[in-house]
Amino acid sequence: MKQKITLKRISGADLAFRIFNTIFMLVFVIVTLYPVLNTVAISLNDGSDALRGGIYLWPRMFTLKNYKTVLEKDNLVTGAYITVLRTVIGTLLALVTNAILAFIVSRKNFIFSKQISLFWVITMYVNGGMIPIFILYKTLGLTNSFMVYVIPGMISAFNMLVIRTYMRGIPDSLEESAQLDGAGYTTIFLKIISPLCKPVYATVALFVAVFQWNSWFDAMLYNRMATEYTTLQYELMKLLSSVTNQASNATAMKNSEGGITPTSIRAAATVVTMLPIVCIYPFLQKYFVTGLTLGGVKE
Amino acid sequence: MKKKSFTIADLKHQKVLLVWAAILTIYGIIFYYVPLFGWAMAFENYKPVTGILHSDFIGLDKFKFLFSDATFLRVIRNTLAMGIINLVVTFVMAIVFAILLNEVATKGGKKVVQTISYLPHFLSWIIVTGILHDALSGSGIVNELLVHFHILKAPINFFAHEKYFWPIVAFANVWKETGWNAIIYLAAITSIDPSLYEAAAIDGAGRWAKIKNVTLPGIKPTIMILLLMNVGNVLNAGFEIQYLLGNDLIMKVSQTIDIYVLKWGISQNDYALGTAAGIFKSLVSIILVVFFNNMAKRHGEERLF
Repeated sequence: MKQKITLKRISGADLAFRIFNTIFMLVFVIVTLYPVLNTVAISLNDGSDALRGGIYLWPRMFTLKNYKTVLEKDNLVTGAYITVLRTVIGTLLALVTNAILAFIVSRKNFIFSKQISLFWVITMYVNGGMIPIFILYKTLGLTNSFMVYVIPGMISAFNMLVIRTYMRGIPDSLEESAQLDGAGYTTIFLKIISPLCKPVYATVALFVAVFQWNSWFDAMLYNRMATEYTTLQYELMKLLSSVTNQASNATAMKNSEGGITPTSIRAAATVVTMLPIVCIYPFLQKYFVTGLTLGGVKE
Repeated sequence: MKKKSFTIADLKHQKVLLVWAAILTIYGIIFYYVPLFGWAMAFENYKPVTGILHSDFIGLDKFKFLFSDATFLRVIRNTLAMGIINLVVTFVMAIVFAILLNEVATKGGKKVVQTISYLPHFLSWIIVTGILHDALSGSGIVNELLVHFHILKAPINFFAHEKYFWPIVAFANVWKETGWNAIIYLAAITSIDPSLYEAAAIDGAGRWAKIKNVTLPGIKPTIMILLLMNVGNVLNAGFEIQYLLGNDLIMKVSQTIDIYVLKWGISQNDYALGTAAGIFKSLVSIILVVFFNNMAKRHGEERLF
C-alpha cells in the first residue's frame, strides 16, 4: 500500500504534508535532545569558562574535573549507593508482592477474588493525604529509615491490575491440567503462571525501577535528618537550589575554585543520574508498550 | 464446568491463597486505609500529645478558616487552572504527535523519533526543572534565540514574572510526557482495520481526510477512556514541578493545594489544617471521577469501573 503511493505521482497536497511533517519531527527531536546534550557539554567543560556562555553541543575547554568532584562528594556517593539499593530492593519487593496478589485475584474459583480486587481499586482513588500518611509512617517508625523507600509503596493497584490483566489471558486449561496432576497453587504460580508472565513482570519491574530511581520527595519528607539515607535525586535537588539561589554569576565566579562552579557540578551530577536509565530504556521499549496497553484496560 | 457450591475441601485446597490474601490485605489496610482515620484530625483541635482519639472536637472550624483564607482560595484556582491547562495541552499534543508520527513514511525514521520521544519521561522532575532553569535563565538558549531574532531587546528572567509560570509548567509537561503518552494512541492506531484506509483512498480521500475520517474515529474510545482516567487526577498533577520551579516572586500563581498542605501541615505543624486541605482535594477528585464516569456511561463509552 505504501509502495503504491510512492510509485504514484505525489500530489501537491501530499508533498506539502510530507514537508510539514518532516519539519515537525525535526523540531520535535531538536527540542527534546538539545537540553540534554547541552547539559552533557556543560558537564564536560571548565566551570568558570562555562559561565561566559556560548556552550551549545560541544565543550569549549574540555575537562573531567566536574565528574571527579562529583565522585568525591560524600553525600552524592551515599545518595548513589542508597538509590541503587532502593531501586533493586524496591523493585524486587514490588514485583513479588504485586505478582502474588495478581495471581490470587485472577484465580476464577477463588472465593474472595472480586472483593479483594475492589479493595485495591478503591486505593487508586481514595487516599489519606500527606499529613495522615506522614503521621502513620512516624508511628510505625518508618521515618529516618531506609524502609520508608521500599515498604509503603510496595503494592500499587495499577501495577497489580496490569499483571492481573495479563494473567487472565493465560488459558485456564493449563491450571486445570496441573491440578489434575496434583499441583497446588504454589506450584502453579511458580512453575506454570510466572514463567509465562515474564514480559509483564519485566514491564512492572521497569515501571517500579524508574519510579524508585527518580524519587526524591520521600527522602526530603521522611529522611531529611537522616543523611545516611539520602538519595541521588534529593542531593541533585539541593544542588539545583544552591545554583538558583546564587545572587549572580559574578559571585559564582568569585566563589568558584579551580574552574568548578555549582552549575558545572550540577551538570555532571545530572548526567551521572540520568545515564543508567538513558542507556537502558531504548532496549526495553516493547515492555513498556505492553504495560501501557494493558494498563489502559478498564476495571 | 458448572459453578458448584463451596465446600470444606475447596477451602483446604485454597488455603495458601487465603493466607496470602490475608497478609496482603492487612498490608493494604495499614498503608492505604488506616490513614483515612487521620481525617478525623481535620475536625479536631489536634495536638500530637493527645492524639487523634483524645483531641478536642471543633467541628468545621478548620474548613471555615480554609475557605475564608485568600491564600487557600488562590491555591485552589492555581491547582485547577494548571491541572486543566496541562490536561488539555498534553492530551492534544500526544494525539497530534501520535497521528503525525504514524504518517512518517520511513520506518527507520519513525523508530528513531519514537525512541527519542520517550527519553524525557525517564528523567526525574529534578532533572527536568534543572534543565528548564538553564534553558530559561538570563544567559540561557531561549533568551539567546529571542534576542538574536529581535523578538526581545534584552534577556528577561522568565521565573520573575507571574504571566510566564503557567505556560512554562504546561510546556514542561508537554516536553516530558508527549512521547510517552503517544504510545497508547500509536498502539490504538495500529489496530485500526487497514481496509478502512483503502476504502477511504478509493473514495478519493487525501491524507487529511483519512486522518479526520478514519484515524480519529478509530482512536476515539482510547481518547475517551484516557480522558476519564486523567480528569480525576487533575488536582493531583500539581506538586513536584510547581514546588521545584516556584519562587517567592511568583508564589501567587505557583502555589498549589499540595504545596499549601506541605507548608501548613509539615513545616508549620498545623496537622489539622493540612489534613482539612487534603480532604477537600480528595473529595473533589472523587466527585470528578464519579461524575465523568457516569457521563461516559450515559454516552455509551467505555467506563473505568
